[in-house]
Amino acid sequence: MAISFPFSAIVGQDEMKLAILIAAVDPAIGGILVFGDRGTGKSTAVRALAALLPKMRAVMGCAYNSDPAHPFVADGAEASKTPLKSHLISVPVVDLPLGATEDRVVGALDLERALSQGVKAFEPGLLARANRGFLYIDEVNLLEDHLVDLLIDVAASGENVVEREGLSLRHPARFVLVGSGNPEEGELRPQLLDRFGLSVEVKTPTDLAGRVEVVKRRDAFEHDPVAFIEQWKKEDEKIRKRIVAGRTRLDAVRISDAARERAAQLCMALGTDGLRGDLTLIRAARAYAALQGDDAITDEHFKRIAAPALRHRLRRNPLDDSGSTVRVDRAVAELMGA
Amino acid sequence: MNLVAALFAVDPCGLGGVALRASAGQPRDQWLALLNKILPAGTPQRRIPLNINDAALLGGLDLGATLGAGRPIAQQGVLAHADGGVVLLAMAERVPLGTAARLAAVLDTQIVAIERDGLALKLPARLGVVALDEGIADDEQVPSALLDRLAFLVRLKAAGPDDDDADWQAKDIAFARELLPRITVSDDIVQALCAAALALGVYSLRAPIFAMKAARCAAALDGLLEVTEDHTALAARLVLAPRATQLPSAQADNEEQPPQEPGDEQDDKKNDQPKDQQDEQQQNQEQEKQEDKAQDQPDPPPDELPPNNEQDIRNSEALAESVLDAAQAAIPDGLLAALQLGQAAKARAQAAGRSGAVQKSQTRGRPMGARRGEPRAGARLNVIETLRAAAPWQKLRQLQSERQNPIPRDAKHEHQHKHLHKRIYVRREDFHVTRFKQVGQTTTLFVVDASGSSALNRLAEAKGAVELLLADCYVRRDHVAVLAFRGKTAELLLPPTRSLARAKRSLGGLPGGGGTPLATAIDVARELAEQIRRRGETPIIVLLTDGRGNIGRDGSPGRVAATEDAMAAARQLRAAGFTALLIDTSNQPQQAAQLLATQMGAAYVPLPHAGAQAVSRVVQLASAAAR
Repeated sequence: MAISFPFSAIVGQDEMKLAILIAAVDPAIGGILVFGDRGTGKSTAVRALAALLPKMRAVMGCAYNSDPAHPFVADGAEASKTPLKSHLISVPVVDLPLGATEDRVVGALDLERALSQGVKAFEPGLLARANRGFLYIDEVNLLEDHLVDLLIDVAASGENVVEREGLSLRHPARFVLVGSGNPEEGELRPQLLDRFGLSVEVKTPTDLAGRVEVVKRRDAFEHDPVAFIEQWKKEDEKIRKRIVAGRTRLDAVRISDAARERAAQLCMALGTDGLRGDLTLIRAARAYAALQGDDAITDEHFKRIAAPALRHRLRRNPLDDSGSTVRVDRAVAELMGA
Repeated sequence: MNLVAALFAVDPCGLGGVALRASAGQPRDQWLALLNKILPAGTPQRRIPLNINDAALLGGLDLGATLGAGRPIAQQGVLAHADGGVVLLAMAERVPLGTAARLAAVLDTQIVAIERDGLALKLPARLGVVALDEGIADDEQVPSALLDRLAFLVRLKAAGPDDDDADWQAKDIAFARELLPRITVSDDIVQALCAAALALGVYSLRAPIFAMKAARCAAALDGLLEVTEDHTALAARLVLAPRATQLPSAQADNEEQPPQEPGDEQDDKKNDQPKDQQDEQQQNQEQEKQEDKAQDQPDPPPDELPPNNEQDIRNSEALAESVLDAAQAAIPDGLLAALQLGQAAKARAQAAGRSGAVQKSQTRGRPMGARRGEPRAGARLNVIETLRAAAPWQKLRQLQSERQNPIPRDAKHEHQHKHLHKRIYVRREDFHVTRFKQVGQTTTLFVVDASGSSALNRLAEAKGAVELLLADCYVRRDHVAVLAFRGKTAELLLPPTRSLARAKRSLGGLPGGGGTPLATAIDVARELAEQIRRRGETPIIVLLTDGRGNIGRDGSPGRVAATEDAMAAARQLRAAGFTALLIDTSNQPQQAAQLLATQMGAAYVPLPHAGAQAVSRVVQLASAAAR
């Protein structure tokens, strides 16, 4: 679809929208997993991102969307002495479709040039294209195993190492990994699950008014996409300003020792594995505070962010019918009061 | 059902498609022939066979053309070819989830995104899907990711005279298509469709959207510029009713009580107080309706009154009511019952062997495609795929090799030159190995109550059964493990093994007697079963006990607390979704054991004085069922 549904026109699904905004403010958050019911606008929200995000500056003609301040220089190549030309581009939101082959994901020998000119050249793949942006995998739980392995590796190192077809090179591949899917169709490997900073559960709204609104907006969009986007332009612009303001504020948000302690207490109470929970919790709370225009992390921020930051890191406890969200909420309530 | 064909033909892309549940035969052929007739001439129609590969479905590199032209030539897949038309999905009930997900992505974006074989393409694919579902049993279903994106779910019966047999013509459709963009839908109608969907328990938001589109197509077929109540009712009947998961509360009767939240209600409570539930539910419903209504409306008296008595009800309310009625009347008989059964069975089946039952293997089982990789560790080389991968590079590699070993121009070497050219250059990175799908192995985990006086008996029985099973299941390469519990702990007597000798040795001496730490035993069994599942095998838990625990999870004695703990552990085990079997070894079948079995989701088998033979037979039956 050339035109995507405007982000601000998505009805409800606040947690999902918040998670996306947090990742937009602080991409280091490490990815978002959106799991839940069908027909809730999971992919709509992600695909709306490209139009929503403020443009970024990149080196002209760079296949990896390099930042002009720190351009990527391939091994063995000389850094350019003259200043590089740069331009504003949309933040890449790259779709990794199911059925993609490994050569297109990591990049491979440029077939066209190899065949016609007999030249050995690297053609960057999706990972290169997604650098400094977002990599979106719909139905992430159906992704082929060997691609999952590859993503786990790259998402951890932020670097794509290519060793194939006589090519040997590495290039930066830092992106926010966004996965969506329906848990009924299969679970996610724990290693991949762990790579996602935030995990969001989406449910279909059950209030009539909200549902009617969804149907109406969708219909209006399909009927005349251009007019519909025009109509929501202002709202999208507001969100964009919020993201920009959040980014500027991010480093100024104070993380007190008390807040760190809070995060640690919460993780301990829930028995999350490893330290990644702590780190993500604090990062997400900071980004949320920045979005809200606050100066320091408080309990309020933790309350809002605890469930998406921690729910996928809990040890399985099948006894709890309530599911992990309730467990996180319970722990939060016990620790910080309702 | 001819009408469905006509509606679908008006807007195939907007409506997503039709799931046509019918066996191959005349009714289906007639329906397809009609669709074929009324679609505008030249509409592409493509058939997707079961187990189509990605290259054919999505597209990829056209090897022949690429080699001939000396530059990469893309080959379109079925989906791109069908742009603007219709694809027929054969045997849709057996379509793998992956294929369904690819189709779903195309239906969502109306684009085929190809990232394959060095090609990055986005091709338009505005199409509708006719899923030919030949499923008979209720558990044979088209993947729900796909169903959710198809407007119509149709069950074709053998030539029903009750059906509308209106004969549509291509010109009707063409006319309707022209009208379609101008048709308006009032807010009341949107509201009514959404309310009906909610009342029927149709939660996906795609459903009301499809219903609205279907209503629009119906209006277009009638040559009207506005959707009327009739169209709305029709849409509710065709789109919403087949997806119903509950009856609107007003007329719900006991047997078709919608499924509550799992675990919400005890089974036995259900029959005691259906009336209360019903009222409560209905109140909720009323409240929901109420929210959007004017405040001063009197509360409509519950259910007894037919709609026409409520005179002061606003127009939209009446509309919503009649739409709902229409939909409700169209809910197929037995759908709800089947649905509830099906869901329960599905949940269990899925949980029981998700990773164990089907696993990918490098060496054995049914082949399921190839992947890049080296033929090492027993993996088998897939020659065709390897050659395919190597083919595009031949020219380049030839050039390279000539550069590295220049061929003398001498005429004497003409022969050798030719020979060199004929060579195919295959390199390591071309290697593809075949992937196999393997039916999982099972590991039977015996959990034996070694407490109390009958311990020795039970242990002996278990031992006998293990030996019998091992002797028998060597052929199937299954494993057996034994866990015994007594005193305060559960001990793994025999780790999962296939060795008969080892089993005999380990099961030699275990003193019996002491307390019955049932809860601990179940916990340990679950952990072990989870380990087994993680290894990709399917665990089957066989618990031999009388179900009377007297040691709690914390090791303290006390029958009440111990029973509670055991029940909790049992529920946990059930939630983990393993196949389980409880063999009641007491002289008289015990209620406690039966209850425990229910909580565990286990089959309950009372076998007083169970002999090893009997135990092993029961276990074999259970494991056959778990496969």
